[in-house]
Amino acid sequence: MSTDTHAPFEKDPGSPRGTGELIRLEKVTKRFGDHTVLDNLDFSVDTGKHVTLIGPSGSGKTTILRLLMTLLKPDEGTITVDGDRLFPASEKQVREVRKKIGMVFQQFNLFPNMTVLRNITEAPVTVLGMSKDAAEERARELLEMVGLSEHIDKHPAQLSGGQQQRVAIARALAMRPQVLLLDEVTSALDPELVAGVLDVLRDIARSTDITMLCVTHEMNFARDISDQVLMFDSGRIIEAGPPEKIFSEPEHDRTREFLSAVL
Amino acid sequence: MKWDWSAVADFMPYFWDGLLVTLQILVLGSLISFALGLVWALLMRVPTRWVTWPVGAVTEFVRNTPLLVQLFFLFYVLPEWGITFSALTTGVFAIGLHYSTYTMQVYRAGIEAVPVGQWEAATALNLPLRRTWTAVILPQAVRRVVPALGNYVISMLKDTPLLMAITVLEMLGEARLFAQQQFQFTEPLTVIGFAFIVISYLASLALRALERRLVH
Amino acid sequence: MTSGLWELVLKGVWVTIQLLVLSALLATAVSFVVGVARTHRLKFVRFLAGFYTEVFRGTSALVMIFWVFFVLPPAFGWQLVPLWAGTLALGLTYGAYGSEIVRGALAAVDPAQREGGIALSFTPWQRMKLILLPQAVPEMIPPFSNLLIELLKGTALVSIMGMGDLAFSGNLVRLALQESAEIYTYILVIYFVIAFLLTRLMRGLEKKLKAGAGKARVRRPDPEPKRPETTNAGGAVR
Repeated sequence: MSTDTHAPFEKDPGSPRGTGELIRLEKVTKRFGDHTVLDNLDFSVDTGKHVTLIGPSGSGKTTILRLLMTLLKPDEGTITVDGDRLFPASEKQVREVRKKIGMVFQQFNLFPNMTVLRNITEAPVTVLGMSKDAAEERARELLEMVGLSEHIDKHPAQLSGGQQQRVAIARALAMRPQVLLLDEVTSALDPELVAGVLDVLRDIARSTDITMLCVTHEMNFARDISDQVLMFDSGRIIEAGPPEKIFSEPEHDRTREFLSAVL
Repeated sequence: MKWDWSAVADFMPYFWDGLLVTLQILVLGSLISFALGLVWALLMRVPTRWVTWPVGAVTEFVRNTPLLVQLFFLFYVLPEWGITFSALTTGVFAIGLHYSTYTMQVYRAGIEAVPVGQWEAATALNLPLRRTWTAVILPQAVRRVVPALGNYVISMLKDTPLLMAITVLEMLGEARLFAQQQFQFTEPLTVIGFAFIVISYLASLALRALERRLVH
Repeated sequence: MTSGLWELVLKGVWVTIQLLVLSALLATAVSFVVGVARTHRLKFVRFLAGFYTEVFRGTSALVMIFWVFFVLPPAFGWQLVPLWAGTLALGLTYGAYGSEIVRGALAAVDPAQREGGIALSFTPWQRMKLILLPQAVPEMIPPFSNLLIELLKGTALVSIMGMGDLAFSGNLVRLALQESAEIYTYILVIYFVIAFLLTRLMRGLEKKLKAGAGKARVRRPDPEPKRPETTNAGGAVR
């Protein structure tokens, strides 16, 4: 990653990683019909930390990301981001808080009717009120960072899955979020395209102070970038700790079973 | 059967006049149905029954009753209410309104076919609702609905002769007038019958070409 | 409105219903004959059936009505009773749309079913009668239901030829009363009620046929009411 002054993200020496709590979920419960996906969940993430959620599918990991992105509403509990309520909160408040959060989806969800450039500049211009020139300047920097500068004028359908996902990462970063939510971002990719996307994310993890909340089945990647790993089962966190510990000497039987199944 | 080519030749000037009016009805009626149908489709998504129920009821009513009677209604009733338009304007509005109750279904299907991930991405980027519709959802929906809308344009073409009943001189109106004056029915009616077949065939070819272009 | 005028409207309803039933029967017959012919093994038969469909779908129902009323009589030397002329024009036109429904539903039957029939050495006609049609007919009901509503609306066209149907009775009452809003509202409501009853009827028929064809699960009727499709192009919303 370059360290010149045009780098899209720079670490601010004045705010070292890990100062204070950025995300807090308190007593959050989410049900789909009779099925309780999250059960009275408490957890928090500190500023600048990289937290990975692991666990069997259906254990509620993705639901947490979707709650934070306000794609879902919890049935009970409170959610706070950077000291501001995200739930319960007014629509106006939600819009403000949501500016601090970016998300990358499993299926990329790029806008097929827009070019790569416009996918990235659309929200900065219409939501943040950036000038078109400034937004495009920034989009170029981000595209260079994800290695797709030459595809700037193409439409998403002309790109491979891996390239689309890298554009989606650039699109999320263009909003300068404090938190980046990564929802199984490599699950929909052909195996040979996974590495390129993970490399980009490793770069971002290493060279920026953005807080990352990541749901993944790529355990090596999780080990590399995480400060903390949370093991989920049936809507609860059953084990938490630094990756070295979780992956090497898990305490819980369910964690051991899960890891032996995926590793 | 006697076929008189000179009657065909005599009719042709009137035929071209009628064709022009038919195409005029078709173009304007289509534009009204495209616009109004979109309005209905969007209103049906307003999350309150106070809007969706009346809109749904009115469009259902218009869709399930004959265009011809609707034409009579507008042509005879509006002047009683002190609103006067030319027969052509009334007819264009009626046919546009009638078909808007079909195009609204097309739009609805097109909007519902936009993947839910597009809405989610718009939320994640914090796009305002209006912008989400205009920049993300509708451009994708409209692309999907063009072929189906085109089919309704061809259907509408074949309903344009109904305007004859409210004195509009489109193709059939011209043919009838000519027939009544010259006592020759076979030639003008056959000419316009062919004209409809040819126009709708050409239109369906054009539509298929357009559809192929939209595929990618 | 006086009771005499109401009587006029009721007579109109009766003519409309007669015309609807007769032309629906003719249209159904045309639909099946032409639709099945379009799957015939002889190319010539398929061509004839396809040509019929293209011509009758290509032209306007009202132009067809004019043609049957004004061109046929001098050409062939006989004059049809208005009711039969209307039936002929509407039945032939809407039958062309219906043949597309029949063809589409036959094509949608699992090819394995046809192969099963061949394996049992049924004749083509036996395959059609015993295997294909019983499975395809229930699938045709929702589109036929929409077509029936279009046909009902189409019956109003005969009023232009002076036939005393429901729409025509509206015109008579308008002339008698010199007032239009009330009578045309009534006429529209009556058409709407007939359309509603027809939809109900077809839904019941679909349920019955599906149960008979061994398909317990009744699909909701086609949620998108359609005008008869004009071309093969662009029917589907992807």
